[in-house]
Amino acid sequence: MQTPAILSVLGEDRVGIVASISRVLAENGANIEDIRQTIIGGIFSMTMLVTVNEDHTPFDQLQTNLTAAGTEMNVQVTLQREDVFRYMHRI
Amino acid sequence: MRISPEEIVETLLMVTQQNLDIRTITLGLSIAQCADTDVNRCADKVYEHVTSAARDLVSIAEDIQSEYGIPIINRRIAVTPVAQLGSVVQTPDLTPIALALDRAAKEVGVDFIGGFSALVQKGIGAGDRRLIDSIPHALAVTERVCSSVNVASTRAGINMDAVLRMAEVVCETSQTTADQDSFGCGKLVLFCNMVEDNPFMAGAVHGVGEGDAVINVGISGPGVVRAVVASLDPGADLTEVAEAIKATAFKITRAGELIAREAARRLGVSMGIVDLSLAPTPAEGDSVAEIIEAMGVKRCGGPGTTTALALLNDAVKKGGAMGTSSIGGLSGAFIPVSEDAGMIRAVQAGALTLEKLEAMTAVCSVGLDMIAIPGDTPAETIAAIVSDVCAIGMINHKTTAARLIPVAGKVVGDMVEYGGLFGSAPIMEVNAWAGTGLVRRGGRVPAPLGSLRN
Repeated sequence: MQTPAILSVLGEDRVGIVASISRVLAENGANIEDIRQTIIGGIFSMTMLVTVNEDHTPFDQLQTNLTAAGTEMNVQVTLQREDVFRYMHRI
Repeated sequence: MRISPEEIVETLLMVTQQNLDIRTITLGLSIAQCADTDVNRCADKVYEHVTSAARDLVSIAEDIQSEYGIPIINRRIAVTPVAQLGSVVQTPDLTPIALALDRAAKEVGVDFIGGFSALVQKGIGAGDRRLIDSIPHALAVTERVCSSVNVASTRAGINMDAVLRMAEVVCETSQTTADQDSFGCGKLVLFCNMVEDNPFMAGAVHGVGEGDAVINVGISGPGVVRAVVASLDPGADLTEVAEAIKATAFKITRAGELIAREAARRLGVSMGIVDLSLAPTPAEGDSVAEIIEAMGVKRCGGPGTTTALALLNDAVKKGGAMGTSSIGGLSGAFIPVSEDAGMIRAVQAGALTLEKLEAMTAVCSVGLDMIAIPGDTPAETIAAIVSDVCAIGMINHKTTAARLIPVAGKVVGDMVEYGGLFGSAPIMEVNAWAGTGLVRRGGRVPAPLGSLRN
């Protein structure tokens, strides 16, 4: 099952964040559709639109793996189903 | 159109800093099929049915919470008003059914189960009588069971006999749960115009007009609304304030709609309603009182409070109405004193009184909620307060309710700690000039002219 999801990284900017997160995604069969980086209110923010291949890695397992990668780099990594944003921000 | 990083961060901040959450996912269950003349057999059937139907409720809610990143604070169950089963049972005490509900709630992991209830706005039937008489003991020997009784409606008027009897039941429950600061009364609500699809406790029941099982969701988000109002330019006029609240309510409601649909789909039951109530919690900032203060009222309860609350309540509905086609339940801002840190501060400052809360009831739901009063308040005084709240609901075609807690052994100025979502409650002063003679007259306040709409 292919599940669209939003991955967000919040925290202090540092070398290797994109590489580390991308590696976890690749290892777990998730595809990056879009990626954006910005500074909002002094916080480094990276957001990715990804497609999670749940036949390869279940959603909750990918969340666990990403959280572990985020903890190593001292940033907050959140993976949420994409529809929650679509529902809240689009009519 | 792609979601922008700003929108993603906005959503994350709503959850992490402004207490956006889904307050409750409530599974409504019909237990009408559990009727039996033997109360213990009936209780066994209720336990079996609830535990089997709600087995996956908690795990599904946890999965959804994790996948969507929106906290779901409570998972609850509402059942058919138990008085209906009481009319079949041949013994006077319905406590065994309450105990079965309590055990079932514990077994499936929900914190409250509602429906130990009766509707007596026009008359008290045999089953209703059994249920009402069982309440003080049932609420003392159970932890998670909630009880509600509808004593008035726009179509029937106010059943003053029921109001007075229920005021006595409140006093009895205060005594039977005296060792818990009379917390039993916090699990007992008296309604005018009770709704059939309310997901919020303590007044949730699964109405007789509902199907076998349904998912109702209660949204929350006073913290989000407060943050939005506080972030407005101080010179923003009231139309701009309303607009900002409306836009925020839309987003909160959409989150509720999504969660409701998904939970219903995964449980294999129909989706009922999204209740657009702003439900505060004792958490700092998650307060309806603080929204009113952010709008420009010096302290909640001061002059201007009713206006601010009316604007807030209406703007939430307008935004929410765009967000879901399934509005239901109570859908109005809650003003429970003990559960709202801003309300507690307002009471302690002398800004907020019982009378002002009654006035606020006219423009929001659900009335005098989680209000601790002196333990020696006479039943007639409680009945008169309840009937005033009912009169507002009856005349204005709206739901109103009273959840009063006469705390045994406490007097004005004392505080009681209930902990968790129930917070702490200052004992509030009660007007000493009650309509004791009025409520003792009994009978029924006739339905108002405005009820004749056919």
